[in-house]
Amino acid sequence: MKKYFIKTICLIVIASFMMVGTGICGDGYDYIDITHPFLRKIPIAIPVFKEIYPGDDTKRLSRTASDLLAETLEFTGYFKILDRDAFLVDMQTVTSLAHVNFYNWTSIGAELLVTGGVLIQDNQVEMELRLYDTFKEKLLVGKRYKGSIKDQRKIVRRFCSEIIFFLTGDRGFFNSEIAFVSKNSGYKEIYVCEFDGYNPRRITHTKSITLSPAWSSDGKWLAYTSYAKGKPDLYLKNLKQKRGAVISKKGINITPAWVPNKFALAATLSFSGDPEIYLLTGTGKVINRLTRKKGIDLSPTWSPDAKHMAFVSKRSGTPQIYIKNISSGVVRRLTFQGRYNTQPSWSPKGDKVAYAGMGNGRNNIFVIGIDGQSPTQLTHDQGDNEAPSWSPDGSLIVFSSTREGPSRIYIMTAYGTDQRRLLALKGEQTEPDWSPRMVNN
Amino acid sequence: MRKKLLISLAMVLVIPGFLFTVSCAKKTIRDDTALAQQAEDQAAAEKAKQEELARQRAIEEQRLKEEAESEAAARNMFLNEDIFFEFDSAVLLAEAQVILKKKAEWLINNSDVAVTIEGHCDERGTNEYNLALGERRAASAKTFLMDLGIAGSRLNTISYGEERPVDPGHNEEAWAKNRRGHFTIN
Repeated sequence: MKKYFIKTICLIVIASFMMVGTGICGDGYDYIDITHPFLRKIPIAIPVFKEIYPGDDTKRLSRTASDLLAETLEFTGYFKILDRDAFLVDMQTVTSLAHVNFYNWTSIGAELLVTGGVLIQDNQVEMELRLYDTFKEKLLVGKRYKGSIKDQRKIVRRFCSEIIFFLTGDRGFFNSEIAFVSKNSGYKEIYVCEFDGYNPRRITHTKSITLSPAWSSDGKWLAYTSYAKGKPDLYLKNLKQKRGAVISKKGINITPAWVPNKFALAATLSFSGDPEIYLLTGTGKVINRLTRKKGIDLSPTWSPDAKHMAFVSKRSGTPQIYIKNISSGVVRRLTFQGRYNTQPSWSPKGDKVAYAGMGNGRNNIFVIGIDGQSPTQLTHDQGDNEAPSWSPDGSLIVFSSTREGPSRIYIMTAYGTDQRRLLALKGEQTEPDWSPRMVNN
Repeated sequence: MRKKLLISLAMVLVIPGFLFTVSCAKKTIRDDTALAQQAEDQAAAEKAKQEELARQRAIEEQRLKEEAESEAAARNMFLNEDIFFEFDSAVLLAEAQVILKKKAEWLINNSDVAVTIEGHCDERGTNEYNLALGERRAASAKTFLMDLGIAGSRLNTISYGEERPVDPGHNEEAWAKNRRGHFTIN
C-alpha cells in the first residue's frame, strides 16, 4: 500500500491503495479506445456507497456522493451507467468493501465497478473509493480521501480524475470551468460555471454588451470584449486579484485569444482602419501585427505549442479559416467547403480545429484536421450551433445552440455524440469558452 | 338819453356775452363730436394696425413653425432613414447611396453637427465576425460621405454587430431590417 499527501487546505488524499507495480496507467489504455473512444460505452456499476457507521448524515452523503460520481462519469461520454434496480447486491449489507463477489456484477453486464465507503466523524468525511475490473477480478484504482462534508464534490471529482487517468492516460477536465455570456440580468455579461454546469456565477457587472470570454492557459485571467465605455474595448481581468488592463483603441478591440503558457494574447484591433490581428502583452501593449491583408481578419486561436495560429479571414471573398505559421509567416487556407466558416477553436491535442460553418443559412459545428482533410459536421438540423470550444483533454466540445428556442450552452463528445444541455439560466447564453485545467482547485 | 346809452352799452356788453356764451356752447358741442370721431378713427386705426401686426406675427409664426417643422422633418429623416445591406456585405447599394446623398446635404446644411454612424448586422452570421462586418458597413458609409465633402472629423463610427437588432424576428424580413447603417447625432 502506497501512501502520499497532496497539499490542499481542506482536502487530503490519505491513502492510495492501488495495485501498483505494473506501471501506473499502462494497463488502462485497453479500456478506452483512444481513436474511437465513444463508439462503445463501458458498462459501469456504481452502487450507493456503504455507510461505515450508519447515520442520517452518512446516509444522505453516501447517496449524493455516489449519484454525483455516476453523473460525473456519465458526463465524460465513456460510460454506460447501469441501473441500480438491476443490482444483485446491496452494499449496505456487505461486510467488507475489500472483498467483492465479481459474479454479482459480471452477471448484470458490468465491466467496471466503483464501490465506496463513507464515514462521517466530527463534521469530517472520510471516503474510500475503489474501481474494479469485474471480469479480470482486479482492483484498478483505490483511494481514501478525508475532508469536510462540503468537500464531497471535490472528493468525487478527484476520484473521477483518477479513474479517467487510469483508463485514458489523461487527467480529464474535472478541475476545469466554462466561461460564457449570459443575458440573465437583461445585459450580456460574462459568467463562469464548473465544467458540469454546477455553480454558475457572474463575473462582470458592466450593464452593457459584454462578449467573447477567453481563458488564459493558467486559468488565472479572462479576456473579453465589452461596450462598458460605449464602444467595443478589450478587457483583461485577473480573476483572483483585482487587477487587469483595458485596450481601448479607436475602432473595434475584439476576439482575444491568450497564447498558451505566455502572458500574451492575440486580438483583433481596427485602429489602423482595417481589422487586423495583433500580438499583445498581458498588460495590453502591442508587440507586433500578425495579419497583413486588407479586409476582415479576426478570431485567432492558438495551436497548443503556440507555433501556429488559426484565424478567420475574408481575403478570398467569404469568411474562411486560415492557419499562420508564426515563425515562417506562411499562411495557408484550411477550410474550402461552404461559404461562411468562422469561430475556429484549436483542439488541445493539437490535431484538429473545431469551427462553426454555415449551410442553408444555419450554423453548425464542424471539426477539421489541421491538414485540411475530412471536415466532419457534428451538429445537424437542430437550430443554430455556434462557438465551439474544447475541454482541456480534447474529449468534449462545448457550444451554443438554439435547438430549444433561446440560445443555451450544450456539450457533446469530440465525435458529436451525447449532445446535451449544460445549463439553462434566464435569458440567452452564448459564446462558451472551456478553461484549461485549474491548478489548486 | 343816458338810460338809452346804458341799455345800449348793456346790449353791447351782454349780447356779445350771450353770443359768446352761445357760441361757446355751440363750439364745445362741436369739439366733443370731433374728438369722439377722432378717437374712434384712432382706435380703428390702432385695431387695424394691431390686427395687421397679429396677422404679420401669425404669418411669421407660421413661417417659423413651418420652417422648424421642415427642419425637424429633415432632422428626423436624417436620424430615422437607415441604409440597408446585403448579407455578409458592406457594399453600398444604389438605394443606400441615394439616402447617403440626402444625408450629406443635411450635414452641409447643419455644419455644426457631428454624427455617429452605427453598423449593424443580422443574427445569421456569428457575432465576432459580425462585429467586424458592422464596422466595415459603418466605414463604407463614412467613406462615401467624406467623398461628398463631409469632414471625417464629424463622422464617428461604431459597430454593434448583431447585438442591437431593430426587429427581433428570425426571418428574412427581420434580417433585412437589421442589416443596416443607422445615424445618430452626437
